[in-house]
Amino acid sequence: MKPTLKKFKKPAHISELPNGTYFEAGHLVTKNAGWRTKRPVIDIQKCKGCLECYLYCPDGVIGKADGKVAIDYDFCKGCGICAKICKFNAIDMEGER
Amino acid sequence: MAKHFLSGNEAFAYGVRLAKPDVISAYPITPQTIVVERLAEMVEDGSLKSEFVHVESEHSALSCAMGASAVGARAFTATSSQGLLYMAECLPYASGGRFPIVMMNANRSTALPWNIYGDQRDSILMLDSGWIQAYAETAQESLDLALLAFYIAEDKRVMTPFMVNLDGFVLTHTYEVVDVPSQDLVEKFLPPYETENMLDMDSPKNLGYSVGPDYNLEFKYLEHIGIQNAAEVIVEAENRFAEVFGRRYTGLVDAYICEDAEYIMITLGTIAGLCRETADLLRAEGIKAGVLRLRYIRPFPNREIGEILKNSKAVGVLEKDISFGNEGTIYTNVNSALYKAGLDVPSYNFIGGLGGRDISKENIKKAYEHIINGGKKVNFIGLEVNAYE
Amino acid sequence: MNKIQVNKLNARTLQDDEFFYGHKACAGCGGSLAVRIALKVLGKRAIAVLPAGCMSAVGFNFPQLCFANNAIISTFAGTASMLTGIEAGLRAKGIDDFVAVGFAGDGGTADIGIQALLGAVDRGDNILYICYDNEAYMNTGIQKSSLTPFGARTTTTPAGRNIHGNLRPKKNVFEIVSAAEPAYAATASIGYLKDYMAKVQKASEKKGFKYIHVIAPCPTGWGTQTDETIESAKAIVDSGLWYLAEYENNEYYINHNPEQFSDVREYLKSQGRFKHLTEDDISQIVSQRDLKWELIRKSWKERKI
Repeated sequence: MKPTLKKFKKPAHISELPNGTYFEAGHLVTKNAGWRTKRPVIDIQKCKGCLECYLYCPDGVIGKADGKVAIDYDFCKGCGICAKICKFNAIDMEGER
Repeated sequence: MAKHFLSGNEAFAYGVRLAKPDVISAYPITPQTIVVERLAEMVEDGSLKSEFVHVESEHSALSCAMGASAVGARAFTATSSQGLLYMAECLPYASGGRFPIVMMNANRSTALPWNIYGDQRDSILMLDSGWIQAYAETAQESLDLALLAFYIAEDKRVMTPFMVNLDGFVLTHTYEVVDVPSQDLVEKFLPPYETENMLDMDSPKNLGYSVGPDYNLEFKYLEHIGIQNAAEVIVEAENRFAEVFGRRYTGLVDAYICEDAEYIMITLGTIAGLCRETADLLRAEGIKAGVLRLRYIRPFPNREIGEILKNSKAVGVLEKDISFGNEGTIYTNVNSALYKAGLDVPSYNFIGGLGGRDISKENIKKAYEHIINGGKKVNFIGLEVNAYE
Repeated sequence: MNKIQVNKLNARTLQDDEFFYGHKACAGCGGSLAVRIALKVLGKRAIAVLPAGCMSAVGFNFPQLCFANNAIISTFAGTASMLTGIEAGLRAKGIDDFVAVGFAGDGGTADIGIQALLGAVDRGDNILYICYDNEAYMNTGIQKSSLTPFGARTTTTPAGRNIHGNLRPKKNVFEIVSAAEPAYAATASIGYLKDYMAKVQKASEKKGFKYIHVIAPCPTGWGTQTDETIESAKAIVDSGLWYLAEYENNEYYINHNPEQFSDVREYLKSQGRFKHLTEDDISQIVSQRDLKWELIRKSWKERKI
């Protein structure tokens, strides 16, 4: 379970809008990737799968992957907390292209 | 069905019990207190199975009711005057959130000066909040409106919170014989509350969100359509009510000998009774007087006013309210209805009863004479000091 | 909800689902970590109420709705009363397998929201209230709240030659709430996540009113780098300016009693909002801290979470 990107067409008729301030939970339409000036890059050899970066990411964009971790770059804001918290220097902040 | 001798407040409480709300949250304020006290007694004696929440303020009372409504529960609260104003932030919150909460408001003057007696300034101040507003005239109508309010508010075409107003002390605390219907009959009239507009364990939702300039206008348009739909749902509800309970109400307005009336007094609430007696006196003198009681002011009965007043010679609006710096708000609304209907009928405003000041038959007769003879547009009636020299 | 032993909650045992995702909080936002982690502890049967503030402002902008679980925005003052209504409504409908949880900021808790908060404690409503404390009204642009610490620069307590920022002490909401005898109350910090997670889990398993006050640094308002959030949240505890404690059954418990405090000056000088403090200001802060710890060590019991 996780909020995910959905295809949202701008409503053309009033009946396509909810009749009240309610809507399906976890409905995303835009990414946060554009916020970054730096991006975290994981050296998967150095990564020990301790999951500290996954735990401390404020945006929850680091997920478990094959005993290690992987980053969802659609929603990573490049804050650098993961790089700081990693005890094994497995994460580097590189300039965003 | 049984006959009971009840005050307006008590009758309303009996109505709420029959509607079986899931959650009741209310903070005491004169002259509403009897409603919450009776409801607490009903919970105590087991005749009402509601969660009765002792909130610590009116703002929390409506906020709590919204929380309950947000999970699909039927919610009720009650207040008056200062309390209504204290929860003011929550009124457009509830209407914009499309939560069909029913709230009883004991019409009472707003400070300053402090005054616990009845006038209609509190609810009329909240006219733009997006709530349906009805005004009861009798204890019987109060009980019946408690049931009708839930029916109308919860209808999927409406989904709008509903404020039922009872004149402070004059209606809340005076006693009448009231028919209290049986629970069985009420089950035939009022269906359970069902909605998509709720937090749902089976299909999670996000509620009460922000909507920016890109969609806000459309959400508000939908809200406006919803409250306007209430006009037709009110008619349907009253038809069904008549079928089940044998009592018939007359929609957004209650017209008294208006068919051939030349001089019509428009008013709200209990004062309509005295207006009708005065109209009878005038009829005996050969004057074609009529009385139009507005039962609902939101949605506003534009069409009904246009219809009923089309052959009148002049019209008066008697209200216990004033929008300082202009005129009575009901007068403003009525004039707009007249104009939209293309009617060129002279209209006059009579502002009285503020802070519980009595309005007498003589006051009303003078008001009719003013309508007939013409004069100043906006008038305070019943001033007991010389305000003119 | 995780039926895991309270102090065994960690990155491995925490459920994988993400309930707060795709939001527009600042990079490195402490508040969003507090909300994210709490919801991962509580799971999909959590019903969240968020008042006006950072987390609601960044999480619910139609059509970008960032909560995967049931969530609603309440009025600013009404977090606790809306929670009360949700709990009462579900109970009336015969549903009891849920956690009604609120996430309010320090302003929404200690200032405008305190009346509703204490009303709910008084009624013993079965709700979990979490205050994510970033020590100012951050959402509206870093204005002072009653939880802004002594000496902090905010936009309404600017620091200049005449006045050195906020002059009032930080209000102690944990103890104010505890005085009203809730079922459980605790202080926490996102710099000590395992402690925080354990407390959220523990609270969720109790009936009655539960309160957790978690320090959640704000890089924007505190004047720190986006990657220093966790360090600040750890340093505030290590320097003794914040404590990890619990209240239960008329007893206060200190969970973490440092043998030696880390340097307060280092903590303060690492943040832009304290850069202007003089040695006198800092001594004042240190003595206030020492006074508080004297009282804690005299009358509170020591207990690990």
